[in-house]
Amino acid sequence: MKAIPIMPKIAQCSALLTFANLRLLIDKTIKTLALPGFGILVFLLLWQLVANNIITSLGQFPGPNQVWEQSNTLLAEHQRERGKEASFYERQQQRNAKKLAKNPDAVVKIRAYTGKATFVDQIGTSLLTVAFGFMVATLVAVPLGIICGLSETVYRCVNPIIQTFKPVSPLAWLPLVTMVVSALYVSDDPFFEKAFLTSAFTVALCCLWPTVVNTIVGVASIDRDLINVSRVLQLSTAVHIRKIVIPSAIPMIFTGLRLSLATGWMVLIAAEMLAQNPGLGKFIWDEFQNGSSNSLGRIMAAVLVIGVIGFILDSLMLTVQKRVSWDKQAILR
Amino acid sequence: MKNNYLEISQVGIEFPTEGEPFRALQNVNLSIAKGEFISLIGHSGCGKSTVLNIVAGLYAATEGGVILEGREVDEPGPDRAVVFQNHALLPWLTVYQNVELAVKCVFKKSKTKAEMRDWIEHNLSLVHMDHALHKLPSELSGGMKQRVGIARCLAMQPKVLLMDEPFGALDALTRAHLQDSLMDIQQQLGNTVIMITHDVDEAVLLSDRIVMMTNGPAASIGEVLAIELPRPRDRVVLADDPDFNNYRQQVLRFLYEKQKNPAAKAA
Repeated sequence: MKAIPIMPKIAQCSALLTFANLRLLIDKTIKTLALPGFGILVFLLLWQLVANNIITSLGQFPGPNQVWEQSNTLLAEHQRERGKEASFYERQQQRNAKKLAKNPDAVVKIRAYTGKATFVDQIGTSLLTVAFGFMVATLVAVPLGIICGLSETVYRCVNPIIQTFKPVSPLAWLPLVTMVVSALYVSDDPFFEKAFLTSAFTVALCCLWPTVVNTIVGVASIDRDLINVSRVLQLSTAVHIRKIVIPSAIPMIFTGLRLSLATGWMVLIAAEMLAQNPGLGKFIWDEFQNGSSNSLGRIMAAVLVIGVIGFILDSLMLTVQKRVSWDKQAILR
Repeated sequence: MKNNYLEISQVGIEFPTEGEPFRALQNVNLSIAKGEFISLIGHSGCGKSTVLNIVAGLYAATEGGVILEGREVDEPGPDRAVVFQNHALLPWLTVYQNVELAVKCVFKKSKTKAEMRDWIEHNLSLVHMDHALHKLPSELSGGMKQRVGIARCLAMQPKVLLMDEPFGALDALTRAHLQDSLMDIQQQLGNTVIMITHDVDEAVLLSDRIVMMTNGPAASIGEVLAIELPRPRDRVVLADDPDFNNYRQQVLRFLYEKQKNPAAKAA
């Protein structure tokens, strides 16, 4: 944090780039680029070494090289598929136009393209699902956590339930959620696909708990003096929550939300794999069933993408957390 | 001047514990006149803060009660503003917003927006904090934070200003500055003040009466000493004043001879 103002300063007086400034700049470059780069390089080398020594029934375990190749193939497939889709619609339009030219009253059919979902499509589906599930979880968890944190009585009532459901694996929930969604979500023209809802609710059920628990702790540990200030001012409950409780608990709420999002992302992949709901999990499972010599490379590419997306999601949450947190001195990582 | 603006009568309090309830206070009686400055002094753990919290309405007395201007105190309220030892500013609000929260609660019906703004700025200038209206508490020194805490309470126009060791966490020089500010303000506005302190010099310098408390458990008021030094008081002049030193000595004698520190006895 402290080193950030250095950059604009250097830009300002670049003519006066002193030795001391130069050292700071070099220090900073080493810390932010060179060290992580070195770590990644060592990891890639080790990976290659280990991969060379593992032979599976589907061929050699993929090293960084093969995974890179497969990633490019996956992107190329995606572009080819998009091209096919575009030409499908073009042909359909031409056909319909011809039909109408012959007979203006003809009934034209417009069909949606039903090509195979590509790797990139699956990423999109997964992100959408986790976003929806996480949103549902947040809308339930934060208010529940605030109520439990404010009232010892409610907390004592709810705590055993929270503690019981917290350690439940997503896979245990999945069959139940699937059946419940099928039973309750009956619509001729569904806005959401059932598979989407099943995955999203499984995610929500599993990523509820870190936010609930952290919100409770955050709300219950508000400084006594601040509560007394609120009592002296005779703040109404609504104002008390808005002005004192939520700002106080924001750092803990965000700690919970970050844990929740990370959990949600992990749960989602498992849920998609098991339930064959569209998304990255299904992609991995399909590749595994496919069992070609390229499968392991493609799966490894998916593993890396899952990791990078998880990393990006957490960084996004961290950015938001830094923006809304009043305690600018706190070191957030 | 009538002597029963604030009446603490027969107050006692017990706190529940695992075994027998702990009796912190017993038979506390005190009448305070309007505009009077009272200090409560005593060793740690003698229940000074408990008395203050009962007057504030934050604790409910087990027996006896507090009457302020003819009305019994049964809940906390802005007419008994509390200055906390650790300022208790909301760290996510600026100096101005901290005072604004209090002003909005007290004057939401009686003042217009512009009047409120003037009133907030006026109170912050009373404590010489008008230069830092839009700073966050974390950007201020300890003394400045406490000044804002005092401004927040003054802005509520309380009937009694309750101060719980307001300068206890500050260094000696900052404390002296704040004591002088507080004397000026009290001279100007004529607030009724109850202040808890550990500092004998502070008590003698600021107070009209010093209330000395006996050691707990079941603490009560030991002696009350009226300080009849002319105001305005100047700490430098008073340092050589025989009356001032006499008052000091009386308080010290009470604290260190009559009511030996229980912790020191144990050691």
